[in-house]
Amino acid sequence: MSEAIQDDQDLSGMPMMDNPVMPYLRQERIPHIWCPGCGIGTTVNCFTRAIEEAASDLDKLAIVSGIGCTGRVAGYLNLDSFHTTHGRAIPFATGLKLSNPELSVVVYSGDGDLFAIGGNHFMHAARRNMDLLVVCVNNFTYGMTGGQVAPTTPIGATQTTMPYGNFENPASLPFLADAAGATFVARWTVYHVRQLTRCFKEALGKKGFRFIEILAPCPTLFLRRNRLGDGVDMVRTYKEKSVLRNGADTKEVGLGLTGEIVVGTFVDRERPTWLESMNDHFGKVFGDRYSRYGG
Amino acid sequence: MTADPKGVLTGIHFLDGDHAACEGALAAGCRFVAGYPITPSTEVVERFAQRIPLVGGLFIQMEDELAASIAILGGAWGGKKVMTVTSGPGLSLMMEHLGLAYITETPCVFIDVQRGGPSTGLPTLPAQADMMQVKWGSHGDYEIIALSPNSPQECFDLTIRAFNLTEQWRVPVFLMMDEVVGHMTERVVIPEASAIEITERRWTAKAPGTYRPYDVGADRVPEMTKAGDGHRIHVTGLTHDERGWPCMTPKQQDKLIRRLSGKIRDNADALTDIREEGCEDADVVVVSYGITSRVASAAVLRARAAGLKVGHARLVVTWPFPAARIAALASKCKAMVVPELNLGQMVHEVRLAVNGRIPVLLVDHAGGTVHDPQVILDRIQEAAR
Amino acid sequence: MSDPATVRKAKGTVFVKPEVCKGCSYCIEFCPTDCLEFSREFNAKGYHYPVLGTPDDCTGCGLCGLYCPDFAIFGARFKDIEVARVTAAARQASLDNPTS
Repeated sequence: MSEAIQDDQDLSGMPMMDNPVMPYLRQERIPHIWCPGCGIGTTVNCFTRAIEEAASDLDKLAIVSGIGCTGRVAGYLNLDSFHTTHGRAIPFATGLKLSNPELSVVVYSGDGDLFAIGGNHFMHAARRNMDLLVVCVNNFTYGMTGGQVAPTTPIGATQTTMPYGNFENPASLPFLADAAGATFVARWTVYHVRQLTRCFKEALGKKGFRFIEILAPCPTLFLRRNRLGDGVDMVRTYKEKSVLRNGADTKEVGLGLTGEIVVGTFVDRERPTWLESMNDHFGKVFGDRYSRYGG
Repeated sequence: MTADPKGVLTGIHFLDGDHAACEGALAAGCRFVAGYPITPSTEVVERFAQRIPLVGGLFIQMEDELAASIAILGGAWGGKKVMTVTSGPGLSLMMEHLGLAYITETPCVFIDVQRGGPSTGLPTLPAQADMMQVKWGSHGDYEIIALSPNSPQECFDLTIRAFNLTEQWRVPVFLMMDEVVGHMTERVVIPEASAIEITERRWTAKAPGTYRPYDVGADRVPEMTKAGDGHRIHVTGLTHDERGWPCMTPKQQDKLIRRLSGKIRDNADALTDIREEGCEDADVVVVSYGITSRVASAAVLRARAAGLKVGHARLVVTWPFPAARIAALASKCKAMVVPELNLGQMVHEVRLAVNGRIPVLLVDHAGGTVHDPQVILDRIQEAAR
Repeated sequence: MSDPATVRKAKGTVFVKPEVCKGCSYCIEFCPTDCLEFSREFNAKGYHYPVLGTPDDCTGCGLCGLYCPDFAIFGARFKDIEVARVTAAARQASLDNPTS
């Protein structure tokens, strides 16, 4: 039997310690709704460690989610948090950031939400270089609705609405983000918890439209239906198939049902944000008559 | 409190309704507009984009109306007074965020400059055929407030009122313009800022830890905060409890939806604004709103000249529908005539209020132009028989 | 095993909340020193939860806590636990005796 410390044990002499994630959660809302083996919770650990290490002012950090399994992240984090409509987290976040520029705004949502119904918003926020960190937990499926084909579902994977296997070409999210003008583009998996934590921290310290894709297993609806094992089996696959390639050409990081998974930071560049561009431009047009918006 | 002078273009102007509505928004303290171009509403945001850099605020043209209508909700939770502007096809896309604004009690103003529909319909030609869509277009039970101006001056005045009402009640407020009101140019008097009454947001004074975003008092309207003030709020489109946390039980659904509806339904009388003229001893009362009220006025004058006892009741507030007042009018007259630029929308509300006691005659019109006053006059004469 | 010089001494331990564990085994699979294993008991939801199989191997690196998607386990080094204990005791003392 173990010497691990359990809640129901006598802890006399043993100090109470809190899980380091707890100060960042709405603890009364835990346990969460995610399935056994789902990777979303792991990404939340990494995110909270990153905001702790970055010593972010938590009162000035807001999180915006859309709809879906990952969309529930906003409700669990003890930050100003907004659970919006399906696909529209980015335009909500755009309004929030522009209305109150002192906020650091993070969009945290899933692949279906951000890239199917919300794809148009992603493209335009990246094009504008809106000052947002967009985190996409990509589990290749629509989990909340029962495992339908997603814009990221690899060719050949079976989903309830692709019962004979998917024949649609999936989107490569880093390629999309890069092409649309994102200033920071990275991909990790839930196997890479330390790297992901560092990546969150780095991205939080930058400005502009930043995008992090995180591959995460959906055991209930993606893995089971495709006989890919359990959550932990997929995370082991991430470990085995991942190839670190910082600065990789995003044209060459597409994902298949099997095959290598290129991870790392693909894009890191500087561009003025939308707000900086607006302020600089109006400063030139109006001269002294213009007061910079948002200080 | 009174208006911030920075946004108030005091003076006597010659403006169209779209521009006047923009000036109303600026005077009301609106400092964040997200829009998407659509005829015949675009002039509102064009003027806003031109004026806002030196007033101090921000305009962004979003990628579609879905984005515009939720960017303003983000803007409101960032602390600004917000608005978006559209016409029929854009309004259809905005229904999703009408629902989100309502259930999250986010103060916001929607301007709908109505054109003929459905679908792309009649760009740049008038209609009043969105009246039911704004009331019923989102899924679920909800209430809104809608104001119907009939002149550029009212576009200015009622836009200010729309902002005040959305702050007071925390429901989406619609300014239901139409193409003619939007594009007609008339004298618009903009008073001194000190003469414009402004309703401030109901900011909470509670300290973090004690404030809950959906606690309410007697009027059932919660106090508000904004992101960044330390309250760590959660705002969700899911059915939620007083903390703002998801709570998806039949009991909480009942409690929340009845509270939200009750705010408006139980205050419908206080919100009523009907301009009545000659209704006291009228045999026939014409019930109208928006641009049609001006055509109806011409018909009423001609009817009176012909010796008929005709009153005119113009609805300035179209939603919540002033059922009690219409019922009271119906108890004194013999018939009602309802002209509108659609094939019958608000007439259903009139008939519900009248409840079969007197005939209610619709003067319908598929849109594209205003009524010929003679057509309304004919119906008045028919009603008087 | 018999050579005391090769016997490792634990540098840390893990804290487990069995009742929120869903048995995904991320922590067991990716523990760098392989010191975790499934409990023989079930928790209330019917899952086996992690326990320290070889406590001496635990370094308290905390990786299990970073992996755990259910916030059911985390590890800590003894020296950090001691700091936490002292801090907590000081806080308690100031609560017990607010004038000090």
